[in-house]
Amino acid sequence: MSSAWTGRARATDDDIKELVAKLQSLLPEARRRSSGRTSAAKLLKETCSYIKSLQREVDDLSDRLSDLISAMDDNSAQAEIIRSLLS
Amino acid sequence: MHREISPGNPNPNPNPNSPMPGFCYFLHALARIQQDVAPQRSPGKKGRRIRRAAYASMAVAAAPRRMAWSRALLRRLRRRSASPRRKTITVTRKKTRTERQEDELRRLVPGGRRMDLCSLLEETGDYLQCLAAQVSLMQWVARSISE
Repeated sequence: MSSAWTGRARATDDDIKELVAKLQSLLPEARRRSSGRTSAAKLLKETCSYIKSLQREVDDLSDRLSDLISAMDDNSAQAEIIRSLLS
Repeated sequence: MHREISPGNPNPNPNPNSPMPGFCYFLHALARIQQDVAPQRSPGKKGRRIRRAAYASMAVAAAPRRMAWSRALLRRLRRRSASPRRKTITVTRKKTRTERQEDELRRLVPGGRRMDLCSLLEETGDYLQCLAAQVSLMQWVARSISE
């Protein structure tokens, strides 16, 4: 995997390996290549894809919340916040 | 603020630095947006404001950990107008697949362009966890409101 970054400072190869492994562990199960060795490029690609899908979810949820709170009146917004902070 | 006020641990990998400050920030921002009685000029406006609040609350939650992505995101959010990005054309040798993926990652992670590779990987891990936590939070709020 270290050869994937040809020309980079060799001194941090182990650090990079460690961080790449950690990154892999942060991907959800479905996105992890369970077949032991994963190429750096594949891992980065999965990571980028995961980030994009999370960002899309934030967009979609923002629209959804916008619709939901438009349907609320003033009192219930306050009530919802108080309820969630004290429950 | 009690730790029990967590949205039912929706995050399968609970972040030890739980997004508590971001949680309150987001809820208050939502309430402010909801109370804004100014007539909505376009239907997407509230959605965009909520989206901004989501990213702001993520950055706020990450601030104690002094993450570079958090600072970069806050800078980006504070810029009122979108400053046109300099389009620098540089001719380079053909990049490896890994290098192209690294470039894409740098574009996706706030502040990613300025980081060395090690920092980029570290910051990416943290950014991912925060994004996932923010999504869980928003799902929880949506569920709570719609019940």
